[in-house]
Amino acid sequence: MLAAEYILVLLIVLPLTAAVVAFLWPRYAAPVALVSAAAMLLLSANLALLITATEPIRYNLGGWQAPLGIALYADGLAVLMVSMTAIVGIAVAAYARAYFQPGDSATGSRVALFWPLWLLLTAGLNALFLSIDAFNIYVTLELVGLSAVALVAIAQKPEALRAAMRYLLVSLLGSLAYMLGVALLYAQYATLDLEMLHLSMNATPATWTALVLMSSGLMLKAALFPLHFWLPPAHSSAPAPVSALLSALVVKAAFYLVLRLWLHVFEEIVTVNAAQLMGMLGAGAILWGSLQALRAERFKLLVAYSTVAQIGYLFLAIPLAQTEGASLAAASAAVYLALSHAFAKAAMFTTAGTVLHVAGHDRIRDMAGISQSYPLTAFTMGLAGMALIGLPPSGGFMGKWLMLNAAFVSGQWWWVVVLLVGSLLAAAYVFRVISHAFTHLEQIPYQIKLDWKLEWPGLLLALLAALLSILALPLFDALNISTVLSGTPLTESKP
Amino acid sequence: MSAEHLYLLTGMALFVMGGVYVVSNPQLLGKILAINVAGSGVFMVLITIAYRARAEYPDPVPQAMVLTGIVVAVSATAVALALAVRVRNASSDNDTDKTTEE
Repeated sequence: MLAAEYILVLLIVLPLTAAVVAFLWPRYAAPVALVSAAAMLLLSANLALLITATEPIRYNLGGWQAPLGIALYADGLAVLMVSMTAIVGIAVAAYARAYFQPGDSATGSRVALFWPLWLLLTAGLNALFLSIDAFNIYVTLELVGLSAVALVAIAQKPEALRAAMRYLLVSLLGSLAYMLGVALLYAQYATLDLEMLHLSMNATPATWTALVLMSSGLMLKAALFPLHFWLPPAHSSAPAPVSALLSALVVKAAFYLVLRLWLHVFEEIVTVNAAQLMGMLGAGAILWGSLQALRAERFKLLVAYSTVAQIGYLFLAIPLAQTEGASLAAASAAVYLALSHAFAKAAMFTTAGTVLHVAGHDRIRDMAGISQSYPLTAFTMGLAGMALIGLPPSGGFMGKWLMLNAAFVSGQWWWVVVLLVGSLLAAAYVFRVISHAFTHLEQIPYQIKLDWKLEWPGLLLALLAALLSILALPLFDALNISTVLSGTPLTESKP
Repeated sequence: MSAEHLYLLTGMALFVMGGVYVVSNPQLLGKILAINVAGSGVFMVLITIAYRARAEYPDPVPQAMVLTGIVVAVSATAVALALAVRVRNASSDNDTDKTTEE
């Protein structure tokens, strides 16, 4: 086993180096990317084992202590997010290898750029999850944002380019708001270390302004209702592997920071009303996103609106976690829903890509016959849909069940109504797709024989999402050593 | 009102003005410039924070943040301009509106 410090650094440096290699030697890009994806999976598993065996790990880069130095930090929550990135990453990379055929007219020569950009995105995400310095997080946010925008722009279509442009402007504006908030925090507390900020937090007007600025920037990036307008066009017009990465991982990065800020860094000054407001925006996202998903005529647009709705569930954790006895359940629920959604949504987008590949379109009402010709793809759709609705034994079920628990324990019954209505609406939009895909036709319209490499990555992801609640206990163990939930003091690792 | 407050408020005002322009104006190039104006506002706030009235030297940490911020802003602007050119070319191929977003 490697020492934890090396793993923290490698998780960031490895994809960054691989990105440069993949960019300079496009011929080896795909093999390099797949090897690094496998390596990152092993590294994150290794880190998870180390952390569950001991305590959260803090590594001061260059041996410099805070407040001057910048530290990397891994607790249970960060490790779960890094593992999520690694699992979705390797599955999507395997799918993308089969999806992007050389000389494909739909995507053209820019396909070669997918690999370095994907690696850059992974480096940014890992750095974001493992940073505990507020300004370092700003830099990682920009890394993630710029590579995500460039990935959308791989598709040459005018609507994809326009969506990428709007995504870029939104992303930059969000980062600037976040940075202004960081500046206000530094002005008062003379530190950028999130743990030191947590310890010295005072309820001053400037601190409140900082919280509002940082949260609004992150909500814009997480596409929380009513700031979700940029997400459906960007996620639905990108190539399928890119949509999978964006919906599964990139929006979660912003939510992860909101969770850390609200439940830990700003814990002392967050008021009940502010937390309720976050929950109400989440509820708005669930209702609006689901209704738009019900109305969507294209499969990819439906899946993108479903992301808007599913992001809403995550934000319900913030008001629910404010009550003493319910905070662990609420935060675990958010993590379950985030993981389940990441796997299910990535799987769903791979099936959408497959439908586009075989049918040449993704109109929902013309999807009949898919299950006859491509039973595995249809099965993947069903499993992923099950996790999105939250049927047992999926991770979505576990998350919603924990959320219901937290709502009852804290006496906030109104969120129960939101959860139930949201699940009904999710069932309605998932069954809308499933019923068309499973319609049997006399004459099968699809002649293309499907490469098995286009089917198994999605299937594995969907299986993982659908069986996530069976893997519940190890996840709980990992979360228990998270500072977000238990307030474990940080331990210094020896340099 | 001290000079410090004046700089702080000007920085904030620039940030708000840039932000409002990005949201309200349809011109793509204008939006990209407005993002830069908003960014300069944030940098101005940081530089003001670095000023310490009684100390001999200013605080280097916010200055380092501004330097990093400028690097990020330059690259982001480059990406935005490159993308804007491609949006424009793609739109003129299809004979639609040229420089505005949708």
